Amino acid sequence: MKVFEKSPSFYQVFERKSGPAKEATHYCPGCGHGNIHKMIAEALEDLEVTERTVFVSPVGCSVFGYYYFDCGNFQAAHGRAPAVATGVKRANPGAIVISYQGDGDLAAIGTAETIHAANRGESICVFFVNNAIYGMTGGQMAPTTLIGQRSTTSPLGRIAETHGNPIRMAELLATLPAPTYIERVAMGDSKQIMKARKAIRKALEIQKEGKGYCFVEILSSCPTGWKMDPVTSRDWLMAEMTKVFPLGVFKDESGNRDEGQWDRHFEGFAPDKVNAYLDRLKSALGDSEALSLPRDLHCKFAGFGGQGILTLGLFLSQIGMRAGHQVSWFPAYGPEMRGGTANCSVNISAERIGSPLVDHPNVLVVMNQPSLDAFEASVLDGGTIIVDTTIVEGRPDAKRLNAVLIPASAIADEVGTPKVANVVVLGALVAATGAFPPEFCEATLRAVIKKQSLVDMNMAAFRRGYDHVKNGG
Amino acid sequence: MARQFMKGNDAVIVGALAAGCRAYYGYPITPASEIAHAAALHFPALGGVFIQAESEVSAINMVYGTAGMGIRTMTASSSPGFSLKQEGLSYCAGAELPCVVVNIVRGGPGLGNIAPEQADYFQITKGGGHGNYRLITLAPNGAQEMCDLTMKAFALADKYRNPACIMADGITGQMMEVVELPKALPVERDHLGWAVDGTPATRKNLISSIVLEPVELEEHNLKLDAKYKACEAAEVLYEEYRTDDAELVIVAYGVVSRIVYSTVDQARSRGLKVGLLRPITLWPFPTAPIRALAGRVRALLAVELSTGQMVEDVRLAVEGRAPVHFYGRCGGMVPGGAELVAEYERVLAGGGQS
Amino acid sequence: MTDNTVTAVPFMVVDGELCKGCQLCIGVCPKHVIAISEKLNASSYHPAYYTGSDCTGCGLCFYACPEPGAIRVVKP
Repeated sequence: MKVFEKSPSFYQVFERKSGPAKEATHYCPGCGHGNIHKMIAEALEDLEVTERTVFVSPVGCSVFGYYYFDCGNFQAAHGRAPAVATGVKRANPGAIVISYQGDGDLAAIGTAETIHAANRGESICVFFVNNAIYGMTGGQMAPTTLIGQRSTTSPLGRIAETHGNPIRMAELLATLPAPTYIERVAMGDSKQIMKARKAIRKALEIQKEGKGYCFVEILSSCPTGWKMDPVTSRDWLMAEMTKVFPLGVFKDESGNRDEGQWDRHFEGFAPDKVNAYLDRLKSALGDSEALSLPRDLHCKFAGFGGQGILTLGLFLSQIGMRAGHQVSWFPAYGPEMRGGTANCSVNISAERIGSPLVDHPNVLVVMNQPSLDAFEASVLDGGTIIVDTTIVEGRPDAKRLNAVLIPASAIADEVGTPKVANVVVLGALVAATGAFPPEFCEATLRAVIKKQSLVDMNMAAFRRGYDHVKNGG
Repeated sequence: MARQFMKGNDAVIVGALAAGCRAYYGYPITPASEIAHAAALHFPALGGVFIQAESEVSAINMVYGTAGMGIRTMTASSSPGFSLKQEGLSYCAGAELPCVVVNIVRGGPGLGNIAPEQADYFQITKGGGHGNYRLITLAPNGAQEMCDLTMKAFALADKYRNPACIMADGITGQMMEVVELPKALPVERDHLGWAVDGTPATRKNLISSIVLEPVELEEHNLKLDAKYKACEAAEVLYEEYRTDDAELVIVAYGVVSRIVYSTVDQARSRGLKVGLLRPITLWPFPTAPIRALAGRVRALLAVELSTGQMVEDVRLAVEGRAPVHFYGRCGGMVPGGAELVAEYERVLAGGGQS
Repeated sequence: MTDNTVTAVPFMVVDGELCKGCQLCIGVCPKHVIAISEKLNASSYHPAYYTGSDCTGCGLCFYACPEPGAIRVVKP
């Protein structure tokens, strides 16, 4: 015996619906949404997936999908259903996720979400109800409104030159590699309706098998918006809409895809696993040594991009961290810093650090002339200024400041590459400030320099810079 | 203790991982992009989700989807991107979905620049999206807090079933400091009563912010309001420095609080009796402690990287009990210590801007 | 809903209160055994009804009908 009746995947009484008539839908007479709902509900039941289905209804007449479907329901913002569906499916690949959208939602305000969910191959089913009009808001022009079709916002009929042409979403999405199955069907005559039923079922089957993204566009009547009776609407749909939106399969890769292929991996929260992972992120420097700091360092490092200015700051910071001090490093950041002037501020203190910015450094390193010009005056009286004399022509005020002149780039070149000029400067800084024992700095650099092949060159550079200052230049 | 020297932006993701966040959705924007970089590296490595969304709008709606499943999730952006997320945040608040959003504030309005600012204060704390809602807002001022307050934000978001925001400036995001790595602890959640996670247990649940009947929508709003009042009563965080005998209390948050902190001792050595009150939660705002101080100080001074936003909340807290002055820099300009001390001097001498 | 399942004959039945009178079922019925009532239901629609014989139980009216609960078809 075969019985055609209301699917158990529907609520038998629509309690969430306001007002009386709790067993009837809110849809207008002849509206296609109800038919499509019935086909989806029937397929969910037959595929035995209702209890793990999540139905996402964005804005449009079908925003009240949750009145009807006896499954998990999300109401979503206008156009955003595929993004919401993505957030659901990725976090539970076992869920059957349906994004049920109208034409304004899918092909106007949510075009980006539509295309990109398809392009990522989200393993969801998008059911696109194309009725060529905005129904809920009062019959305005949709992205799929036909040329010549009147609407409240195209009162003289849609004009291609003014409004653009109706968008064929199925064809558009079929150009993408990721989607598994794309078909356009219609709520027209019985033959078309039964084909639509088959397409909806097939899409859900594909998702159940983990085979990827499915898009079923369903041409559907809106007798109210079209200002036609339901039967005339159906006839108009068949006669006019199908001319602009040809029915058929635009893509079907379901036979070529493996089961589960498009279900992404997801794991829930496992604190032990996270802790083991976080442990791997910890510094290679190990425990701090609790060295004493003769005086707080408020350093500014300045030069051209590419001179390793930021790295110089980082190396000093890590020495400070290993010595057990409070440390902050701040780069003047942004696109203007790439290949242009670079500077960073480093504070090293035994106490809590206030401003991470250094307006008045007690140590300034300048590796180009503009930096000397810009920052010399800001150094505190008696502060240290380290100048790479290979590059900088000017000389600082040696009466006011402790001026350390060092041909850092030339020394670095002798060591092997001008790129280690920053480490030559670091050696000079450590010698000039007496902030840290040189062996301690060298051990720190060994731990933080990732490329082992570069360690020896950096050690040599550091020592040359250190000795240059210690030996009085 | 396991430590690492890291950017504030990276510390956000470390905190998120430890808090049990399992999915990150975001769109690149300076100066917040390192957060996405770290998420792209770490979330998939731990079996979680990272998606570079097609837009800020999509990112927050992906968050809506995962948050609706009762799974901890987040997104991050910077000012123009955060503006785009307002619709989604309103929906998250309306549907009572816990999630964390990070705004590494940059210069505005419009495209502005990528330099640090705090001019998103209104947008974040007053509800930048439509409707009656609030964002629980935490304002870290260093890398350690970028980690710790992100963890706190997840806890508060769950507790109040509401989005929680980390509001930081470009400096706090970009600077590196020593961070003690957190420990991940099991998270107790009771989401089965409301979440929709695609399992039979949650089949009857609904994630929605649509309430057609005015009577019911008013009820819903009042319910949210009661929640916000409970949050205001219980969750205010702030810190004070040398306010006990201060004649002038400076109110500042984020990186500005660090700069002000640097100046307090300096100013006192010049005879200016100043102290600092630093809001850590911007919403709920530390209204009561500021009101208490207002009764015994000569004046208050709000310092911000804006043309004056938080100062309005300071004035509302003070309710005329004391003069409230304002000093701000914007567009990426950051006040120096000497500049601020000069302003304290002016205010205490009876001048200053209001 | 009328329960005629004891009979061995296919039949369809319309819930006259849920039917919105769109008439889409009428056009798809190959046997033309569905008609529209003269009477209005509580929602002020003229509902469809089964004329009483010759239903084959094909189910086409069920799928053409937009209302989930308005039409039931039994094919023994």
